[in-house]
Order: sequence, then structure tokens, then C-alpha cells
Amino acid sequence: MLEVREIQKTFGDRPVLRGVNLSVQKGDVVAIVGPSGSGKTTLLRCLNFLETADGGEMTFDGETFQFGRVAKRDIARIRMKTAFVFQSYNLFRNKTALQNVTEGLIVARKIPRAQAEATGMRLLEKVGMADRRDAYPSQLSGGQQQRVAIARALATDPEIIYFDEPTSALDPELTGEVLAVMRQLADEGMTMLVVTHEMGFARNVSNRVVFMEDGVVVESAPAKEFFEHPREARTQAFLRTFGARADLPGDAV
Amino acid sequence: MSERLWELLADSFWQILIPGLTMTIPLTVISFAFAMVIAVVVALVQFANIQGLKQIARFYIWVIRGTPLLVQLFLVFYGLPDIGIVLDPFPAAVIVFSINEGAYCAETMRASLEAVPVGQIEAGRCVGMSYLQIMRRIVLPQAFRTAFPPLSNSLIAMVKDTSLASNITVTEMLMTTRQIISRTYETLPLYCVVGVIYLLFSTVLTKLQRIGERRLSSYGAQKE
Repeated sequence: MLEVREIQKTFGDRPVLRGVNLSVQKGDVVAIVGPSGSGKTTLLRCLNFLETADGGEMTFDGETFQFGRVAKRDIARIRMKTAFVFQSYNLFRNKTALQNVTEGLIVARKIPRAQAEATGMRLLEKVGMADRRDAYPSQLSGGQQQRVAIARALATDPEIIYFDEPTSALDPELTGEVLAVMRQLADEGMTMLVVTHEMGFARNVSNRVVFMEDGVVVESAPAKEFFEHPREARTQAFLRTFGARADLPGDAV
Repeated sequence: MSERLWELLADSFWQILIPGLTMTIPLTVISFAFAMVIAVVVALVQFANIQGLKQIARFYIWVIRGTPLLVQLFLVFYGLPDIGIVLDPFPAAVIVFSINEGAYCAETMRASLEAVPVGQIEAGRCVGMSYLQIMRRIVLPQAFRTAFPPLSNSLIAMVKDTSLASNITVTEMLMTTRQIISRTYETLPLYCVVGVIYLLFSTVLTKLQRIGERRLSSYGAQKE
């Protein structure tokens, strides 16, 4: 349902994406891993047009778009069918938890308030935040904010959810509650593209893993194969550093 | 002090307070309301980076902040009649105070808009909101909250600045005070009286500011 071909992006004279190919089928949970600065986040942001890619094309839902030449209304249309979960949550600070979830329904999709609130409450329930419906983001912990953000992402019934390092800003103790929600979504068949440093999540929840470095895909394989029999020397080295770090106390893998 | 002086002070207190209520406060409130409209528009065209309008906005702020308020008052009230534009004192004062205050408040608003994290806009885009919806429902409310204390500051400063309007024959508090002095020659006590009334007005506004801030902080949105 999502096919990306040869996507390119340069910041100034620094190439960040140098021809990345990616394919996501309906129901897939694809984890994108790799060292910092490898272009993972930029890739995700380009797919939702938060950044404008310089070249390449994308097929989404049977329609093909040339990056850099996508009309505004097409962008709006694609965004209506996707959702994004940010590393820093980005909950609307002037809205309560419930309002955060219903905003996209009431304002962008003109769904009646009562119906939107019913949906909102159902989703807050799902992420275990129903009792904090009237809390403002500043009154919630990071993990709670991220769970509300996931409920907000689910509200618009997206065909795919992009997760940009959803647990990187969280304490190890709070990481678990967010990963549990994501695992539940994966079990329910939600299509997810997840940039993550959580090797445990990549290994146990995702069905494909894409390893990126320096703006290219080094290796892409089914999760089990990726972790048990990595083909590329670079991937092996990367996984070794994570293996070593997993022994350190407090590093949740 | 003599009884006669006390009586004069008490009488003049009311005589000065009345133009305070009928001139100073309306002049302040009306001008500040217009100034806020100007400020939001001028800040938004800069924030949204609308070429052309943005340059006009910068020019406006540059000129207005760079020239004295008193000169602007004289220019509009005594200068414009030269080219056939004759204004009554009160409307002339409203125009000048609105335009002047608008320039300062525009800068406050612009800074407050820029202080809203870009992630708020991105999140709005990702849930499918249009730019205008994001501005109206997410960015502007947050910017107003940030801007509230400095805007209150501007409002308090403006109450006192309206005394300059006496120079273009608006019979506000200072003008009235001067008239009483020219009759009684009690210069020091009467300037003290008018000063006290300004202090009173400012005190009320300071209290209102505190109430407003408390109400706004119910969503504590500025904490990360």
C-alpha cells in the first residue's frame, strides 16, 4: 500500500537521503533502525510532507506521486489517510487529552462533536488514558502524553501510522507503557512504519526491519532473519553495539 | 494643612476623576482594542511570511517605533489639516494611540507566535487541519497566553501615555488638572492628586492582569 522509490533529500549541501527504496504492505509493521543521522526521521517526515523531498516517487493507496511536485490538495488528501506520532509527542498544549484526540475529527473532518467525543473516549480507553480525559498535556507524564498522542493518531482511522522514535524522549520506565500500546496495535493489524532505537520492539513486534545508514538502506529483511542472520557486515557491527549496550543496566531492550 | 486646601483636594479629586472615567478610560480601551487588531494582523503577515505585506509591516513598525508619540499626535492633529484632513481631538487621539500601540504590540505578538513550537503546527497538519485552522485553534491561543503579561504591560503604559492627549486639546485628566491649577495656583497638591488617580487606575489593571494570568494558567500550557 506504500511504495517509495529512490527518495532523495538534501539539506543545504548535505545529502540526507540518497535514493531510498521502501515497501510497506497492509498490516505490516516495519521498523527502521540505524545510527543517529542516518536519515530515518527525515525519511518518515518526507512521507508525510513535513519535509519536501527533492526527488523520487511514492505510490500510496494505488496513486503515484512525484516528490517535490505533489499538489497541496494531494498532500492534504494523503494526510487525511495517515497519522504521525512524534518523538516529542507534540500534543496541542492548549487542549485537554480528549480535545487533542477529537480536534482532527471535529475541525478537519467536520464530524459532529458528540460522535467525535465518543470515538475519542473509546480511544483514550484503549490507551489507558480515559481517566485523564480533562488533563492538559503539561499535567501528564511523557509516557501518558505519548499514549494520548497515539490515541490522537488512531482517531482519524488512518491507513498507516508513522512513528518517529516514539519512546526516545521517555524514561526507561515509561517506555514500556508506550511500547505495550504499540504492540497491541500491531496485533490488531494496524499498518505501522516505526523509526526506533528499541531493538526489542523491532525484533519482537515488527515483521520487517530496515537498517539505514548515511541516507541509504543497508539491509532490509524479515525481523527474525535480520536479527539472527544479518547479511551485511555493517548490520552485524551495528547489532553488536546494541547487544553490548543491552547488558548495561537501565537500557530497555 | 488648611481646611480650605483639603476641601479643594477632595473637590478636585472628583473633578479630575470624572474625565478619567469619561475620557482616559474610553480613549485607552478603544485605542487598545484597535491596537490589538492591528497587532495580530501585522504579526500574522510576518509569521506567515507573506512577501510584500511583510515588508510593509516591518516598515510600519520601524517608522512608528522610531518617532515620538507626541510628534505623531501633533502631526495628525495639527499637521493633517494642512492637507485638508481635520479631525476632532478625541478621534485624532484614538487614531494615533491605536497605530502607535499597534506597532509595539505587533512585536510582542510576533515574538509570542514564534515562541510556539513548530511541532504544534506539524501536529496540526498531521491530523489534517488547514493552516488557518491551525493558526486559529492552536497557535494563536497559545501565543496570546505568552503575550498576555507583556500586553498587560503595554496597556498599563498606555493609560499613562494618554496624558499626552492633553497636548491636542483632549480634556482628559491632565488637562483638567491644569485648568484647576490655573484657577487655584495649588500646583504641587493637584499634580499629586492626578498622579494618585493614575496610580489607582494602574493598580486596578495590575490586579486584573493577575486574575487574567491565573485564569489562563489553568491549562499551564507553557510548561514543556
